Amino acid sequence: MTETLLGARKVRKEFPGVLANDDISISLQPGRILALLGENGAGKSTLVNILFGMYRPDEGHVIIKDEIVDLRGPDEAISRGIGMVHQHFQLVPPMRVVENIVLGAEPTRRGLVDLDEARTRVIALSERYGLEVDPDALVEDLPVGMQQRVEILKALYRDADVLILDEPTGVLTPQEADHLLGVLRELTETGLGIVFITHKLREVLAIADDIVVLRNGQVVGETRPSDTDESDLAEMMVGRNVMLQVEKSVSRPGDPVLEVKELEVKDDRGQIALDSLSFEVRAGEILGVAGVEGNGQRELVEAITGLRAPSVGVMKIEGEELTGESPRQITKKGVAHIPEDREKHGVVAIYSLAENTILNRYHRKPFSIRGILRRDVIRSHAQDVVDEFDVRTPSISVPASSLSGGNKQKLIVGREFSDDIKLLIAAQPTRGIDIGAIEFIHRRILEQRDKGAAVLLVSAELDEILGLSDRIAVLYDGKIMDVVDAQEANREQIGLLMAGITD
Amino acid sequence: MSRSVFRIVAIPFMAVVFGVLIGALLIVSQGGSPAEAYKALLVGGLGDSDAVLRTLQKATPLIFGGLAVAFAFKAGMFNIGGQGQLLVGAVFAAGVGFGIDGLPVLIHLPAALIVGAVAGALWGGIAGTLKATTGAHEVIVTIMLNFVAGNLTDWLAANPWKDNSGSNIVARTPLVENSATIPTIGAVPVGFLLAVAVSVACWLVLERTSYGFEVRSVGHNRHAAQYSGMKVGWIMSSTMAVSGMLAGLGGAVESLGVDGRFEAGVNVGLGFEGITIALLARANPLGVIPAALLVGLMEAGAARMQYKSDVAPELIDVIQALILFFVAAPIIIRWLLRMRHDNSEQLQLGAGWGKS
Ligand SMILES: Nc1ncnc2c1ncn2[C@@H]1O[C@H](COP(=O)(O)OP(=O)(O)OP(=O)(O)O)[C@@H](O)[C@H]1O
Ligand SMILES: [Mg+2]
Repeated sequence: MTETLLGARKVRKEFPGVLANDDISISLQPGRILALLGENGAGKSTLVNILFGMYRPDEGHVIIKDEIVDLRGPDEAISRGIGMVHQHFQLVPPMRVVENIVLGAEPTRRGLVDLDEARTRVIALSERYGLEVDPDALVEDLPVGMQQRVEILKALYRDADVLILDEPTGVLTPQEADHLLGVLRELTETGLGIVFITHKLREVLAIADDIVVLRNGQVVGETRPSDTDESDLAEMMVGRNVMLQVEKSVSRPGDPVLEVKELEVKDDRGQIALDSLSFEVRAGEILGVAGVEGNGQRELVEAITGLRAPSVGVMKIEGEELTGESPRQITKKGVAHIPEDREKHGVVAIYSLAENTILNRYHRKPFSIRGILRRDVIRSHAQDVVDEFDVRTPSISVPASSLSGGNKQKLIVGREFSDDIKLLIAAQPTRGIDIGAIEFIHRRILEQRDKGAAVLLVSAELDEILGLSDRIAVLYDGKIMDVVDAQEANREQIGLLMAGITD
Repeated sequence: MSRSVFRIVAIPFMAVVFGVLIGALLIVSQGGSPAEAYKALLVGGLGDSDAVLRTLQKATPLIFGGLAVAFAFKAGMFNIGGQGQLLVGAVFAAGVGFGIDGLPVLIHLPAALIVGAVAGALWGGIAGTLKATTGAHEVIVTIMLNFVAGNLTDWLAANPWKDNSGSNIVARTPLVENSATIPTIGAVPVGFLLAVAVSVACWLVLERTSYGFEVRSVGHNRHAAQYSGMKVGWIMSSTMAVSGMLAGLGGAVESLGVDGRFEAGVNVGLGFEGITIALLARANPLGVIPAALLVGLMEAGAARMQYKSDVAPELIDVIQALILFFVAAPIIIRWLLRMRHDNSEQLQLGAGWGKS
């Protein structure tokens, strides 16, 4: 009988200037779900990357099935039955689902890939675990939730006994997340073990068997859902009492800042994504946009920020026409934008933190004068952002790629907040951020509101929408179903509207 | 910091070492003496002031060619059209050089250089603009433009601009005027000094100006550049124009400082060596200088090596190819040296080559 399916024994990993894992020991038993909790930069991803053979520990060992192993790379981990779903999917977008799943382990017949056999096996697998996918769909056409299923199937196809999931629910809608948790529970019934990283305490309490809390690279607590609760966990993670819900004063909205009239926007495939949308956001108020992802939120944000040209309609900021302006012009008018996809739009991975903090203001005084970058000014500005937003990093000279996911997000938020803002467009502003930092960022958003900025908040987190917004617009299939006053809104009502149901 | 510098220099350095070692094996297999051959090579490239001059002259257009590839690469583009840009730069610089007389050096020479640079810039700019406006892949377009440039310059040198002196039957222009000839100071051609200055300027532009910031941003993450309000299309076309300008300058320097004229077929291959140089320099404009000097030295010494030790000068091409191979496939060097490589220390050569 296997005791430890997957484990770490006294693992230590140091990056230049950071002790990411310090003497960490964990152990996952068959059929159990181990949740890893911890602040941004606590060392969770580093630990699972070591378990998966991506990094080598400086000291200590990885244990697989009660055996000490020296993993040479992910291939070896995979062949020993470890599967991992990265936060950034490792799929080949222009290829079909079945091809992606079998890639590297294709069934062959007379030296050729036997796709029929592959399809049969994939279908059997997906039926067995309730992970329905269309095996012939192209991965690039699938929503994130589906792509994640493909990733999980990929691991199961390789007969994984352990599944590692690094923040799998960060990109999912609440419904998709619930479904995923159900699937994971079911998977453990066959004896599979799961390591699961998340910042959502609700999920941890709902699904974990064992909970390990990391802080500053060390294990600071081990517990079980029955022995703890949300505020307990929060305190263990952050080391202080955390307000899970920020207090907010009543808004005093002023004149309209953003006016959108009859906006029609097409998506990448030329389908109508937003259908004659009209709304306004006024100074000093937060308009939350709720909705299941893929109902036009992305296109809305891209249209307002100038990244996507609308086919019809008018957008104005303080009465000035916005339609057809370039992103540069729009930023100039006082629009700040926290982008939804931080890896794609938010940072340049190999740039230093300093360079990343001037990404959209490098051309302005005081950061450059007559086309020459002023490095001292840039560095001190970056240091300010890093200090103020508590970006955990050994220095501002390291590349953004060395930051943990949540710290990247903090850097972006910090960059966007360092200006006089008329309109703040915040798309998933706290995605991947730990609860302590969420509290902080929520406060800062409210602060902007109280200073008179108009805020458009787009979020897949219903709690975030309900907690921060003054008014809530529910987007469904490219249309606004209704705009409700946040004080009168409740989860059920918004949930129904999100599903396109009006009474 | 010093550790990362070491990591950056280690691969090109070891690539050169391995290239030279395998070259030695090849010499032995042909019954020659590597020590003798390499000694002749070094003497031929560094032995006296003539040799040094040869090396520097060979290195000069290589620097420009390497810069051209490196600069485009910073914006994530692969300029494989250095050859064409170099040819148009060379022919038009020569055109100004022989076509006008009676100008003082201080006007004539810069004018000829500038015309060569502009010709190269236009040639490179075509590819960049097509990419920005239609999405046409710059690799395909620049390859096609290489053919166009080859034929255009051949035709110019064989017809309107042909050297009709004496009984010349070669497709070449007349010699450029003295006032358009790049002088040398002792063993140092002024063109080389210009190349070094341009390398430093390229580095400064890329690292210290807001334009360079835009170029690098587009190269590393086009989406983030767009999000940041950069005009991605404009950056791509202008970068290719700058890249073409650099190659064009290389051609101009070749015509005005080395050959003294434009002659069809003489510069063939120079533009492509820029790719080797840029790779060896890991696309760093300052790294281009030592990389070009190394290749220049080998080319300058090849003749003496053949004459002294009977080793075919093609060996130099083989060594260059080996170096390129090792630089492009660093994994082999890591494996040979058992250099520990772990994903947490990923070395990035920037955005992928040839990505659309
Ligand atoms: N490749 C790397 N190079 C240098 N430092 C790194 C690297 N990867 C991680 N770090 C550092 O190690 C620490 C732990 O990072 P890790 O990604 O494990 O955190 P995390 O717990 O997953 O955080 P998050 O919740 O934000 O994802 C951080 O301080 C980070 O900056
Ligand atoms: Mg992480």
